[in-house]
Amino acid sequence: MAYFTQQLINGLTLGSIYGLIAIGYTMVYGIIGMINFAHGEIYMLGAFIAIITFLLLGLAGVTFVPLVLLLVLILSMAFTAVYGWTLERMAYRPLRGAPRLAPLISAIGMSIFLQNYVQILQGARVKPIQPVLTGGMVLTQTEGFAVTLSYLQLIIIVLTVVLMVAFSLLIGKTKLGRAQRACEQDRAMAALVGVNVDKTIALTFVMGASLAAVAGVMVTLYWGVIDFFIGFLAGLKAFTAAVLGGIGSLPGAMLGGLLIGLIEAFWSSYFSVEYKDVASFSILVLVLIFMPYGLLGRPEIEKV
Amino acid sequence: MAEHPLPGGATAAPSGAPAPDGGRRSSLADMGKEAGLAAFVALMLALPMGGFKTTEAVTGLSLTFRPLFVLVAVAFVFVGRIVLIVLRERRGAPRGDGGPGLMDRIARGASQGSTTIGIVILAIAVLLPFMPFSSRYLIDTATTVLIYVMLGWGLNIVVGLAGLLDLGYVAFYAVGAYSYALLSTEFGFSFWICLPLAGVFAALAGVLLGFPVLRLRGDYLAIVTLGFGEIIRLILLNWYDVTNGPDGISRIPRPTFLGLEFTRRPAEDITAFHQYFDIPYSGEHRVIFLYFLILGLALLTNVFTQRIRKLPVGRGWEALREDEIACRSLGINPTNTKLTAFGLGALFGGFAGAFFATRQGFISPESFTFIESAIILAIVVLGGMGSQLGVVLAATLLIVLPELGRELAQFRMLVFGAAMVGIMVWRPRGLLAHREPTLLLYGRGRGAA
Repeated sequence: MAYFTQQLINGLTLGSIYGLIAIGYTMVYGIIGMINFAHGEIYMLGAFIAIITFLLLGLAGVTFVPLVLLLVLILSMAFTAVYGWTLERMAYRPLRGAPRLAPLISAIGMSIFLQNYVQILQGARVKPIQPVLTGGMVLTQTEGFAVTLSYLQLIIIVLTVVLMVAFSLLIGKTKLGRAQRACEQDRAMAALVGVNVDKTIALTFVMGASLAAVAGVMVTLYWGVIDFFIGFLAGLKAFTAAVLGGIGSLPGAMLGGLLIGLIEAFWSSYFSVEYKDVASFSILVLVLIFMPYGLLGRPEIEKV
Repeated sequence: MAEHPLPGGATAAPSGAPAPDGGRRSSLADMGKEAGLAAFVALMLALPMGGFKTTEAVTGLSLTFRPLFVLVAVAFVFVGRIVLIVLRERRGAPRGDGGPGLMDRIARGASQGSTTIGIVILAIAVLLPFMPFSSRYLIDTATTVLIYVMLGWGLNIVVGLAGLLDLGYVAFYAVGAYSYALLSTEFGFSFWICLPLAGVFAALAGVLLGFPVLRLRGDYLAIVTLGFGEIIRLILLNWYDVTNGPDGISRIPRPTFLGLEFTRRPAEDITAFHQYFDIPYSGEHRVIFLYFLILGLALLTNVFTQRIRKLPVGRGWEALREDEIACRSLGINPTNTKLTAFGLGALFGGFAGAFFATRQGFISPESFTFIESAIILAIVVLGGMGSQLGVVLAATLLIVLPELGRELAQFRMLVFGAAMVGIMVWRPRGLLAHREPTLLLYGRGRGAA
């Protein structure tokens, strides 16, 4: 039972990170109906920017941990958001109204470009970082097995919940959120009633990128090592999560992320580490066979 | 490609912003403001990633500051933006108003004269090994191009004709390659027995995967095929007993020419190619033989596709791509029709895989990563969906471009990615996209006008 609880905590942490990335996928898909394949790279950029700001703050002599975390979060979100915005501006906006596969290919091209861009600028070696935040609390102690919840895990889970609530409010209550939902339903009509569609889409990318940056910061802290290739698998998993939850649905993305995280944690602890990704993909296939629109997705009604 | 309506049916909605007004001249201040904004974005992009380089040291990471890089990037973007603004105003009218551009005319010409162009290209391809300038390196590269042409044609059945987005095509390529490798090394079957078997296994994998998932639409199908591709790769990587894991399978037998081997000193009871024809041994014989082999296989794919397009099932694919509901109401079984497309695409992928295995003599899961699927899909889309010639053009471009850029070393993949984006932005429908109906009421002469 103790082991189970520990894996549950690990899985939730991992799932929160996937969920944060998945939200970026699902928002972009909802609004322009394309798979933003370069989103994983945006997350990778976020992680790199995080590691650089950590080092800079260290050089500047800022050592108070909460302040460091806050600054790193804000700076990474800001800089990564610019990458998200530029990505949309350069690779996707010129392709508005093009055949469906065109933005997909340009996204794959962007993903290859960004990976090599980071590899050239920062080198191909793995980047390690000293742990910023250590320690945790022991929840239960039975027969020599202590269930611990590290402060970092706590922060990751709490921050994810806070961001989820904030974003739900943003989309549900603000003018920007209303514009986003309008664009999602009918872009031409939204433009007719005065919604600035281009700006709304650009802001969606900015939001998705800053959430991915949060995930990047978390991963940098949690695993302590990053390299230029982390974006691919994380992006793939997060996209799987978004589809699992029902693409286009915000709570669905979070739920999907948590599920993927839990499946991974439990599978690798109870069965085999090698096949953990096979397990997540297989579950995705199974869910889609029986629920073709994901767990929380609404079926598309096709009108002729 | 079928347009899957978004929730609410906003498929190709025009963008909200009006077209840039080319006639208006912007003042110097406007120009400065626009360029300044672009330069600011460049600063934000370059400052963290380029301005600071992380270096691994014994004590952990250390940072070096590279102000020059940031400066150059910002200046470059600033000047570049001004040049763009000036060019934009020089040109006056916004792009796209001056009738079909050069590339459109080429695409149209290519589509109308496709038979002639096809014959010319085929003649060049056949004569290539006998040209005075041809070298082993050239033929090797041409063989690689042909593998991708074949894969592109195979995937074109699935994506271009049937309109099913398959992001895991490499899985079938892998199944074909491993089937051949295992059958030939474990059971000693010859290439000519293994080739069809590899195709059959790949097609089986396609049907097995397709059966449950082809009910899914559009992007759901894309992610499932992507996941399937990863599953296959992970199984190949981890099923050590059968696939030898990351070490791969080596010493895969080479194909023979009607039983004649391409070896310098064959075993006692076997005649080698050069002995039979009584010519001096040359390592190039095998290279040329492999080249013609893949040329033949690729042509087979092409002819097959061209013919099946005219059969009911082929017409069914294209109809299904255009409108699934209409098809269903006309009595076409969507699942079966899609399944044949999926299975046939996989079959050709399997053939190509078997060829790849016998050519390399060594395979490992590393050759079957997602990027491979992405490149094959890019070949289909960049060429112009459904265009057989476009696939040839795109495959040549995508394989030769990195080859030419060998000196660029680390920059070549960077350029490759940027080129993919650039080509798509330049020609969103593909290089040789020119859609013409397969069937015309009054024949080609009037229909094309």
